[in-house]
Amino acid sequence: MEVTKKPKIKSIPYEEFKDNETLEQLVKQLNEGGTNVVVGVLDDLIDWGRSNSLWPLTFATSCCGIEFMAVCAARYDIARFGFEITRNSPRQADVILVSGTITHKMAPVLRRLYEQMADPKYVIAVGGCAVSGGPFRKSYHVVQGVDEILPVDVYIPGCPPRPEAFLYGMMQLQRKVKVEKFFGGVNKTKKEGKEEQA
Amino acid sequence: MNQETLHIASAELLAKMKQLKEVEKMDYLRSLTGMDWGTPEENDTQETMRGLGVVYHLESTSTGKRICVKTSTLDREHPHLPSVCHLWKGAELPEREVYDFFGIIFTGHPDMRRLFLREDWVGFPFRKDNNPEAENPLRMTNEETIDTTYIYKEEANGTLSRTERKLFEDDEYVINIGPQHPATHGVLRFRASLVGEEINKIDVHCGYIHRGIEKMNESLTYPQTLALTDRLDYLSAMQSRHALCMCIEQAMGVEVSDRVKVIRTIMDELQRIDSHILFFACLCQDMGATTAFLYGFRDREKILDILEETCGGRLIINYNTIGGVQADLHPNFVKRVKELIPYLRKNIQEYHDIFTGNIIAQQRLKGTGVLSREDAIAFGATGGTGRASGWACDVRKRLPYAAYDRVDFKEIVYTEGDCFARYMVRLDEIEQSLRIIEQLIDNIPEGSIQEKMKPIIRLPEGSWYTAVESSRGEFGVYLESRGDKSPYRLHYRSTGLPLVAVVDSLTRGAKIADLIAIGGTLDYIVPDIDR
Ligand code: SF4
Repeated sequence: MEVTKKPKIKSIPYEEFKDNETLEQLVKQLNEGGTNVVVGVLDDLIDWGRSNSLWPLTFATSCCGIEFMAVCAARYDIARFGFEITRNSPRQADVILVSGTITHKMAPVLRRLYEQMADPKYVIAVGGCAVSGGPFRKSYHVVQGVDEILPVDVYIPGCPPRPEAFLYGMMQLQRKVKVEKFFGGVNKTKKEGKEEQA
Repeated sequence: MNQETLHIASAELLAKMKQLKEVEKMDYLRSLTGMDWGTPEENDTQETMRGLGVVYHLESTSTGKRICVKTSTLDREHPHLPSVCHLWKGAELPEREVYDFFGIIFTGHPDMRRLFLREDWVGFPFRKDNNPEAENPLRMTNEETIDTTYIYKEEANGTLSRTERKLFEDDEYVINIGPQHPATHGVLRFRASLVGEEINKIDVHCGYIHRGIEKMNESLTYPQTLALTDRLDYLSAMQSRHALCMCIEQAMGVEVSDRVKVIRTIMDELQRIDSHILFFACLCQDMGATTAFLYGFRDREKILDILEETCGGRLIINYNTIGGVQADLHPNFVKRVKELIPYLRKNIQEYHDIFTGNIIAQQRLKGTGVLSREDAIAFGATGGTGRASGWACDVRKRLPYAAYDRVDFKEIVYTEGDCFARYMVRLDEIEQSLRIIEQLIDNIPEGSIQEKMKPIIRLPEGSWYTAVESSRGEFGVYLESRGDKSPYRLHYRSTGLPLVAVVDSLTRGAKIADLIAIGGTLDYIVPDIDR
């Protein structure tokens, strides 16, 4: 069966999102692998469910974390997208929003947190620090972007990113989840290096 | 130089410091800064400081007298200085910081371990001849926690000997809290030894967000250094930046216009309200009151909107500049601030109605985590925490700056020193901040918002210390210049470091569940501790 997935986000047309090429490439790869009809339909159903209930891990090291709290609060309200159930334990979380600077001392801890999360799991790099080291790029104790230690799915630039940017980044992740194949791999082999730019 | 400075040789340091503490009643150690003044050169005068050393800023809480003490040692192989932490408890963590960054060993210090960097870190990054990147690649191995520490002693012949000290005994029940734990408010790590449900001892581990800001400053130009202050304690972004701007202006001999002074004062107070509301929201959230969290954030957004309109940023504001402010007030500013004042007054009352009077909140906050006035001073725990223990430590009153000398406000002081007092101080301070804004908002003087500056800013040789009252205590800037366009050393007095230093003594004998209330009401921000 040919997979012709175009992930839908309510009220925002597909074309208005940036970086659709990455998604199209993902779909192409899926097609090369081929899918069974029954599994394909089940996949869609599961992905629909997964993408609307991504549970983030409460992980914040610095300034960006405060903006994350603002996104969780009443005005920006991430509950509208199904992300409001922030988990304190990595074992119950689907996505880790790395908000804040990651230092050398923190890096192994972050890596361990990531490894404790159950598959399928996603990483969003929030803010200049997590994307590339940001204002602290020249520091001797700051990791120059979390993609050095974790496979990142979505990058949200900004210092700190506005709450709207958080939401946009989360929607990009939803779109990515929607085109994925749940049975048999979740595109695991692809989970390395830079993939998507929000 | 902006205050009396004493140069004391390291051999006489202990005796002199003891005299300062006991005879002159210098009971408050404001700041302790490590320094690398380099090796002696030919054209040095008597006055020139050389070697590895420490700068102490002391103040007497009874007479208000202030003094700055400098000491140093020329030995770069095994530098050591006597520890002063038996005189001022607040010296314990800063001395460990100096050991970590400069490798100066403090003899007599009960716990000479690194404070921020990993145990296996090579070298001392703040020494001018050290290149930390070269020897320290990113280590992805898990750090091992060591249960022992060393006490150093100087022998009669000048060599150092050390004795081992155990932090935790083998049969102690030690649990680990953090660094990724929602109640530590950031990436702080506690190791708590428990007896049943009671805390016996807490060992604090910092450094999980040590970003090396002070070291970076040494290669940035002055206007560039400003950007990093906002990211230290992001809930005092305005005030921290204000402190650095004031320090540089003082060094240059620039006086800002009245308009700038008033604008800065109003902005500082808006920031303070923002921070205190966030404090309320987070404390409630930690203690299980999610509704109160939402209420707090609802009101905080109103302040952020005002800040955003004028400054362009919500959280990291980047507003103060050397000699002025970035942009003039937005035409809506006055109107919106005036709308905010009655709105907040009404809502603060609401906070009291839903949370303060709540029986569970009262029982968890009242009587827990009592900090005595003596301890607050000895540790240098300023801000709301100090004032809740009866220590009137507000820099706005002690050393008025900007427009604080012309406004009428009350310094909130409670005497109980428990969690509830710390909570009430902050809520009451919101009202005082509103009063300050109210007095200023209608008469913001005309004038320029930016003094004329040279394109490249160089400071004369010398050293300066300035302090402001940030949202959580005295935030100080120690600046030393050698006449270049970047600072020789720029050190920040962290508001949070003394606050984590008191955690151990506050929690002794408390229940493990009280740690949440104690940590929440101390209200520290971890990136400001680790810098
Ligand atoms: S990107 Fe900016 S706001 Fe975010 S953690 Fe880094 S310095 Fe702070």
